[in-house]
Amino acid sequence: MNGLVVENLRIEIPVSGRTLVPVDGVSFRVGTNECVALLGESGCGKSMTALALMRLLPEGARIATGHVRLAEEELFALPEAAMVAVRGGRLAMIFQEPQSSLNPVMTVAGQIAEALAAHLGLQGAAAQAETVRLLEAVGLTRGHITAYPFQLSGGQRQRALIAMMLAGEPELLIADEPTTALDVTVQAQILALLRSLQRQRGMGLLLITHDLDVARDMADRVAVMYAGQIVEWASRDRLYSTPSHPYTQKLFAVLPRLERRGQRLDSLPGRVPPPDSVFTGCRFAERCPAAFGRCHEEIPAFQEAAPGHYVRCHLATSGEPRGASGERQVASGEPRVASGERQVASGEPRVASGETILEVLDLTVHFPIRRGLFRRTVGSFKAVDGVSLSLQAGETLALVGESGCGKSTLARAILRLIEPTGGSVAVAGEALAGLNGEALRRKRAEMQIVFQDPYASLNPRMRIGDILEEGMAALLPLAAAPRRARVKALLDQVGLPLDAAGRYPHEFSGGQRQRIAIARALAVQPKLLILDEPTSALDVSVQAQILDLLADLQEAHGLAYLFITHNLPVVAYLAQRVAVMRAGRIVEEGPVEQILTAPRHEYTRLLLDSAPGHCAPDEP
Amino acid sequence: MMKPLLLWSDSLILLLLAALAALLWLARHNEALRGHWRQVMRSRVGRVTALILSLYIGIGLLDSAHYVERLPAAPGQPAPFSGEVRSALDWLLTPIRVSVEKTYSAPLAERLYAKESVMGPDGVERRDYPRLLHPGAHWFGTDKVGQDVLYLSLKSIRTGLLIGSLTTLVMLPFALGLGISAGYFGGRVDDIIQYLYTTLNSIPGVLLIAAAVLVVQVQIEAHAELFNTAAARSDVRLLALCGILGVTGWTGLARLLRAESLKLRELEFVLAARAFGVGHGRILLRHLLPNVMHLVLITVVLDFSGLVLAEAVLSYVGVGVDPGMISFGNMINGARLELAREPVVWWQLAASFLFMFVLVLAANLFADQVRVALDPKSRGRA
Ligand SMILES: Nc1ncnc2c1ncn2[C@@H]1O[C@H](COP(=O)(O)OP(=O)(O)OP(=O)(O)O)[C@@H](O)[C@H]1O
Ligand code: SF4
Ligand SMILES: [Mg+2]
Repeated sequence: MNGLVVENLRIEIPVSGRTLVPVDGVSFRVGTNECVALLGESGCGKSMTALALMRLLPEGARIATGHVRLAEEELFALPEAAMVAVRGGRLAMIFQEPQSSLNPVMTVAGQIAEALAAHLGLQGAAAQAETVRLLEAVGLTRGHITAYPFQLSGGQRQRALIAMMLAGEPELLIADEPTTALDVTVQAQILALLRSLQRQRGMGLLLITHDLDVARDMADRVAVMYAGQIVEWASRDRLYSTPSHPYTQKLFAVLPRLERRGQRLDSLPGRVPPPDSVFTGCRFAERCPAAFGRCHEEIPAFQEAAPGHYVRCHLATSGEPRGASGERQVASGEPRVASGERQVASGEPRVASGETILEVLDLTVHFPIRRGLFRRTVGSFKAVDGVSLSLQAGETLALVGESGCGKSTLARAILRLIEPTGGSVAVAGEALAGLNGEALRRKRAEMQIVFQDPYASLNPRMRIGDILEEGMAALLPLAAAPRRARVKALLDQVGLPLDAAGRYPHEFSGGQRQRIAIARALAVQPKLLILDEPTSALDVSVQAQILDLLADLQEAHGLAYLFITHNLPVVAYLAQRVAVMRAGRIVEEGPVEQILTAPRHEYTRLLLDSAPGHCAPDEP
Repeated sequence: MMKPLLLWSDSLILLLLAALAALLWLARHNEALRGHWRQVMRSRVGRVTALILSLYIGIGLLDSAHYVERLPAAPGQPAPFSGEVRSALDWLLTPIRVSVEKTYSAPLAERLYAKESVMGPDGVERRDYPRLLHPGAHWFGTDKVGQDVLYLSLKSIRTGLLIGSLTTLVMLPFALGLGISAGYFGGRVDDIIQYLYTTLNSIPGVLLIAAAVLVVQVQIEAHAELFNTAAARSDVRLLALCGILGVTGWTGLARLLRAESLKLRELEFVLAARAFGVGHGRILLRHLLPNVMHLVLITVVLDFSGLVLAEAVLSYVGVGVDPGMISFGNMINGARLELAREPVVWWQLAASFLFMFVLVLAANLFADQVRVALDPKSRGRA
């Protein structure tokens, strides 16, 4: 059979006496002219699988068992010299970070020509002509032939990389999270490009992603991975209409959506088991809502629940879709657990106390542009250019925009972590501009921020208890004993174990760290919380937990949230109002329903159209 | 009869010990620090290197307990004190200190390394290697004037430790304070500090040191009454050398710390602290300093070895420690010419190299253990 066949792939990494098994018994196939999505949360073994196919596993990892056949040729049996020709030739791969995949001191055209020479033996004028043809095929122009990688934007770099990979006329292209580092609008373009190239050239495409919507837009068939195994394997339509593995169902259930406003997102408690665990039963058993006795004792087989639909679950008996058993079938919008539902009906603002917490008027932040020997100021870069906002207690205002539009700068200027160039900010009725020293310090208790990167926002050398106490020590007149009591209360509030106080940040997962960051901000009892992309570094299941936590806290304390994000489903789920930012200005602002369903500004429309899951690129 | 004598460097060492003891006393209930210490001591490397280092430090401390001896009194006059300053180490090492030969002898040799006219038992004068006064007693041989090389090496330890630690102590506040502030505050502060260290770096270090040492030399001579013994004079010169090495030596580490702080400053935990209105001082102390400590530790230990070597180079140029002072630098200098000799006198160089090597290696390995223990990520790992 043609295309790529992977059978029973197992990867082992021996470390100090133990053996980690990041990939354990993975089998799937990618036909010619087919797009298969490998879907899963971080750490489930997606990239390892891809690297194993290329025989590019990192030092120390080895392929323990398995076969990979590309057009009937066993890749694992090839000598390395022959594999070099296959790599980049018949089997090509593009990586997540376009920046580090291109050689910065060579023109992109030069790199494409190099690939052409290596795989097709093209030289001189023929190579030149082919290079131009490839550049044009990926949407770059003849003019880019002299460009160096640093002269290109992220999206253009990814295009150049794709062109390079196409040079060897691959039978199969592996794309490992090709768009995670890119903005939504660029992501949409790159995905559409990949899809159309795959169609035109009749190649196979193995798309690795953690985004359910991207997989739905792109794939013909989808493999869902969990803890190093494929747990579900079905055609796209089948998977999205009748997801049969409890894990897949949970993944759908935790997605924030406009229809789920006011409801609690379903939660997926616990963590993915570490790769050195020994399993006696189902790998998902600890977290599975449907687990029963047999799940803990017997490893479920990968069985065919319906023709072409494989599921690794005891409940999936052949012929009968699992959903027919009735319980816990997920349908969006349907309330699941009564106690989990929030008090307020969807769409209405949750609290309307009317007190204005944040009032931003005409705020500007200009960075000087310096040039020349004496670093003379030759102009200024307007990162924030006249922004006005207002926010009430208990309200969530989402600030949406692409990277570089000035969202983070705006957040920092509001908190006066950067001095604004002009305009005014008032928090709880008091202008910040004139405040200094002690007065400003006291004011800081009312406004706090949670950052995007849960790994950079906690000092790695401080214990969690000290981290939480720091703000209290600076801002609240509390003695040491009540401070420690409050640390306990806070940990409890954000759902962390009490012994967390004595541990260091690296012992926690990304989601737990983000909880700590939220607890730290809450420690000083703020009225305004600025959330700068608090979930964009997290997996969807963890994102759901954090969003639920934020909603609960808002309800309990009447907090006002300024929620900075580029993720529109999150906006739809959480916010009451949306402001769309572009190049330092707010281009459109209004209630969530109106902005998301009837946008007036063309940029808002573009953002909405680019969001994955909005419409599949292959739809007419 | 003897009278204790406190050289200036001895007082500094006492002060240092007192400060260290006070810190330990204050930190005795600090669970975190005790945990770090226990972790260092759990590893075999940690234990062995700590033992070696304490041996060196012990020798250095013994060598810092100075005294002068009372000479036999002339009738009717108070007994004068000897001009020769001794230390407890000298006293302990008396056997090898006083067993002086005429000139070079190889390690554990029975005979001198140079031929001399000796009267044979038959009364005929011949050119031969004469028997040593103390045959087989010199483990590391003797030097040109017949002093025991082991004794010299042990005496050099104090000088080496002093130069390494005092210079580091002088240099650290500059490097930490200026480097971290330059990175953290940026702007004008950064400009000024950068200007400062670029200027310092652009003056050849040896020139600066030579000038400073000459000034000190002149001062010592002008106030001869303050420094009445040779030991006191070389001691002051050693201190001056440490001072000047420290004042010129902070630029490398400062540059490193500036770059690191520049990076850390943008990290979100620093921003978060600022959002809490935490003062600059506390941010520098609690957020930046602990996160650059690994750099400081590595640099300081490497610099320490560099300083002991620098002393040798400076002594060669004539601006190092006093030529009469026993130090690794002077030993190496003494050995330099002998290397050109045929047959080669190698043991002086070998001994100083061996003692320095063990010290530097132990310090490096120990510092590595400390760095691992301080890294929270290594907690709980064996
Ligand atoms: N110190 C600075 N000097 C000059 N320009 C800056 C500075 N800081 C930020 N900028 C520019 O300001 C613009 C806005 O930056 P900001 O980080 O606020 O964007 P963002 O929307 O939050 O981006 P992302 O989503 O990638 O985090 C960017 O174009 C950035 O290059
Ligand atoms: S086998 Fe059991 S535990 Fe595993 S997914 Fe199925 S129901 Fe859940
Ligand atoms: Mg940002």
